[in-house]
Amino acid sequence: MKLITAVVKPHRLDEIKEALQAFGVHGLTVTEASGYGRQRGHTEVYRGAEYTVDLVPKIRIEVLVDDADAEQLIEVVVKAARTGKIGDGKVWSVPVDTAVRVRTGERGPDAL
Amino acid sequence: MPPGITIAADAPELSAANTGFMLICSALVMLMTPGLAFFYGGMVRVKSTLNMLMMSFISLGIVTVLWVLYGFSVAFGTDHGSLFGWEGDYVGLSGLGINQLWDGYTIPVYVFAVFQLMFAVITPALISGALADRVKFTAWALFIALWATVVYFPVAHWVWGTGGWAFELGVIDFAGGTAVHINAGAAALGVILVIGKRVGFKKDPMRPHSLPLVMLGAALLWFGWFGFNAGSWLGNDDGVGALMFVNTQVATAAAMLAWLLYEKLRHGACTTLGAASGAVAGLVAITPSGGSCSPLGAIAIGAIAGVLCAMAVGLKFRFGYDDSLDVVGVHLVGGIAGSILVGFFATGGGQSKAQGLFYGGGLEQLWKQLAGVGAVLAYSLIASAVLALLIDKTIGMRVSEDDEIAGIDQVEHAETAYDFSGAGGGRAPRTAAVPAPGADGAQDTAQVQRNKKVDA
Repeated sequence: MKLITAVVKPHRLDEIKEALQAFGVHGLTVTEASGYGRQRGHTEVYRGAEYTVDLVPKIRIEVLVDDADAEQLIEVVVKAARTGKIGDGKVWSVPVDTAVRVRTGERGPDAL
Repeated sequence: MPPGITIAADAPELSAANTGFMLICSALVMLMTPGLAFFYGGMVRVKSTLNMLMMSFISLGIVTVLWVLYGFSVAFGTDHGSLFGWEGDYVGLSGLGINQLWDGYTIPVYVFAVFQLMFAVITPALISGALADRVKFTAWALFIALWATVVYFPVAHWVWGTGGWAFELGVIDFAGGTAVHINAGAAALGVILVIGKRVGFKKDPMRPHSLPLVMLGAALLWFGWFGFNAGSWLGNDDGVGALMFVNTQVATAAAMLAWLLYEKLRHGACTTLGAASGAVAGLVAITPSGGSCSPLGAIAIGAIAGVLCAMAVGLKFRFGYDDSLDVVGVHLVGGIAGSILVGFFATGGGQSKAQGLFYGGGLEQLWKQLAGVGAVLAYSLIASAVLALLIDKTIGMRVSEDDEIAGIDQVEHAETAYDFSGAGGGRAPRTAAVPAPGADGAQDTAQVQRNKKVDA
């Protein structure tokens, strides 16, 4: 199994959700996040005092998938998240040892 | 506002129109203090919001009571040595009849006293903006009581009381540029020089937490200021109040535009905080001068003050004194600008016959204005610093560093302004009101039964 994590622009959430559903993913977890990449943040001015705001709002989407689907799913997420402008985010995957469905106790791919 | 300046009426009778007008003006000025609370409250960080609101609101309590007890007597009683007043009948407002008129005017003494009370309330509240985040609430309450007694009441007598030295000299302070704004601004500087900077000043970001709140406060101030200024002629018989109303509006508008223009050129954006601050700077500057200048003069005064104050708010970073919300930059600088500009823009056709430099009056009025500004600034600065030092050495002015970092709202008021708690954020009240069994009323019985069901 793989855990796919995407940290992307908040307004892409709906597109990503729809793309994942179309792909056949049943569940996902969404968290509000903040951070910055190469573009850094922005500057705000209050009575002449300038503040650099580094951290910009992002969302973090996490999906557990079967190894066989992982590569294709990453492509789906990247395509749905892309706007072509700076700050579109990152997607990565990591191997997962175990997953358990809490209600039934099913393990491994059955729990997905 | 001057007691002693009598309008040509031999024996004024109570005017229902003027009395009603002045009661409304008094209520408008009252609204400025909570307006100020929101103006300041939005500018601090989330963790200090309530304290900022309370520092203004408490003035409505403390100063109101002191004013009735003795403040009105010290400010407007019979003169003693040109420095303070005292009048037995004014103590506790006890010797006054409801029909007794303020000398030379058509309004009751009660109305004059209550209008002036609202000025006395807002002035110490203005100081609080410089002290955000770090002053014990009890120390602040004590400071307000002492400051009103030692500084505001006497200075109001100097400037507006019959026999007060500045009044007799001919210093023009129509609605409070000297007695209110320079007084409060200088006091703010005096206190912050004693208590020092906030933890993290110039290092941590200290952005305003709610600019809509700032805008709401500025709008309430602007609205209330019509009572502050237009009411200061104590009636509405001859058009001076109307002139003041017009000048208040145009100077404020001009100052807002000037501040925004300065910002656009200097920083590339017209900010909300700039619009609110520019408006307040214009209101401050027109306060002393609006009764004696023309509407065009008011535009000039507002524009000059707008730019000067926008430039002045950066001084704290250069000189390293932590005037948290720019009381010095806006009220002291704006007050000085407005008071001195009287010496240039007084037309002689309004509240005073005095003419400024631009209207053929020479330098005379200018020197008088400078004397008034200098004396009030120096007295308030020194007296306020001494009071702060006194309180600091006894009960202490500041909260501990840990408490300041944790947030003054929790520490001093046992509350927080906003509930941001997620899961597990709020506990049940320790003294929950549970209806007693057999309590009267069918509703209570039904509630008890429902509770039992839940328990079962």
